[in-house]
Amino acid sequence: MSFFDWLRRPVTQTQVTRRARLWLYAVAALVMLFLVIPTLIVIPMSFSASQYLEFPPRQWSTRWYESYFASAAWMQATATSLKAAALTTLVATPLGTMAAYGLHASRWRFAGPMQMLLLTPMVVPVILIGIGVFYAYVKLKMVNTLLGLALAHSMLAVPVVMMVVASALKSFDLNQELVARSLGASRARAFLLVTLPQIRFSVVTGGVLAFLTSFDEVIVALFVSGGDHSTLTRNMFNALRDQVDPTIGAISTLIIAVTSLLLIFTQFIGKRDAH
Amino acid sequence: MTALAAERPEPLNARALRRAARHERLGLLALVAPALVLIAVTMLAPVLWLFYLSLLSDGGQWSLEHYQRMWEQPSYWRTFATTFQVSLMTTGICMLIGYPLAYCLSELPKRAANLCMIAVMLPLWTSLLVRTYAWLVLLQRKGLINGWGISLGWWDEPLALVHNLTGTLIGTVHVMLPFLILPLYSCMRAIDRDYLKAAANLGASPARAFWLVFLPLSLPGLVSGAVIVFVLCLGFYITPAVLGGGKVIMVSSRIANDIEVFFNWGAASALGVVLLVLTVAMMVAAQRLMGARGLLGGQETR
Repeated sequence: MSFFDWLRRPVTQTQVTRRARLWLYAVAALVMLFLVIPTLIVIPMSFSASQYLEFPPRQWSTRWYESYFASAAWMQATATSLKAAALTTLVATPLGTMAAYGLHASRWRFAGPMQMLLLTPMVVPVILIGIGVFYAYVKLKMVNTLLGLALAHSMLAVPVVMMVVASALKSFDLNQELVARSLGASRARAFLLVTLPQIRFSVVTGGVLAFLTSFDEVIVALFVSGGDHSTLTRNMFNALRDQVDPTIGAISTLIIAVTSLLLIFTQFIGKRDAH
Repeated sequence: MTALAAERPEPLNARALRRAARHERLGLLALVAPALVLIAVTMLAPVLWLFYLSLLSDGGQWSLEHYQRMWEQPSYWRTFATTFQVSLMTTGICMLIGYPLAYCLSELPKRAANLCMIAVMLPLWTSLLVRTYAWLVLLQRKGLINGWGISLGWWDEPLALVHNLTGTLIGTVHVMLPFLILPLYSCMRAIDRDYLKAAANLGASPARAFWLVFLPLSLPGLVSGAVIVFVLCLGFYITPAVLGGGKVIMVSSRIANDIEVFFNWGAASALGVVLLVLTVAMMVAAQRLMGARGLLGGQETR
């Protein structure tokens, strides 16, 4: 079959041919290019030897990676971000899971409104949350502390974990727990031995998303982190406002690599609970 | 029937059963408490406190002066005008370029469409700052696009593509487009193509069938995507702040500026309250518009 035959064949049930559709394919391809180009251009550019922006780079090198790993400030910021993200995962995952489970199992009349209340951090503009948390932390003397940052990020991550776990619980039959309890298991034991193993992949996915929520977060970190506890995103944002330093390209590539790995991991295990 | 049920005496252990049920429910609800406390302490209480601050004058008396100033000073009007301009233009451009892509994807076989969806998801997976950096690299005076354009002879002087409204719009559209495409795509996938066949059968041309049948059926997805984009745009901070280069001042930038530069909590809080009210009003209006479907309900195909 030649290319022209391919063009002439109808693609819809209303007999529109591919040739008549060509403009649509072109527009769609252009929009897709627009969507992927920023991500795809950062990676090769970060291996350029030049101080100036050129694509494709004339000479390849890893000098920007070296300058990142040699910089004490960037290393400290990276460590802060990783610690905050790990703490956020440890706080938000159990809290979000408990809340989703409690609301689901209670069959309470006000479970719906309560869930809406717990999801408000997703609705309120982040800038308002940022200055609100900043104000509270000034009063509580928690500005520029790792714990304060992790708690604020946990507040942002709890709704994410809740949504993931709640959707897993929807397809889970709670009567299984009743069976376990009628056989003498305590409520906690029934949850840990019967329910949790069946929703565990969703809980892990929620945890990974909580990690990324914190690691990626800029606005709250801008207000409540600083000094020795300045996050990677905060330093990047401030660097971007001044000038374009190619080191940021190297950091960006590393972030893309880590994020993609984690998200592919969640996609991979996300399907396991649903059966 | 009901009378009989009412006359039947309660079982002897009815009260104990009720007490046990209440006990069980309280125990389950106690599991919600830690999350509720965290959100109340770090978000609800501070935001309420900001609302209180916005109602105090600089001297500490109850007053509406921060809101009054917002009403009287033209600079605030400009900020809100810019915010709405950027939000509306972003939503409009997203609809214009997102609709053809979503339509094209919904017509492709499932497997090819899933492959193409990676292109839509990729921006969502990439850190916001990374994408903002990438746009700076592409768009600035000595950036890649100006370099290519000049070397190909398309234009002679470097174009001002960033640190202005153009750059802001390119950045915001790129961030928001997936939020429009995802609900729109799942809505289009659910449309029964037999309706189009029926329209053709009754003599409609493919274009006419599209305008009269397909487009109206895809509107719920388009509206819910557009509302999400518009609401997210209203409170957008990072991308406009970097790509606007201080020339495109949206409400969020102004709030941050009031705190970082002027330490004016009252003014910042008042702006924040107005932003929150606008956001919630938009969402409620959209909910009304779309009836019982719900704002987020449009995203899922159930």
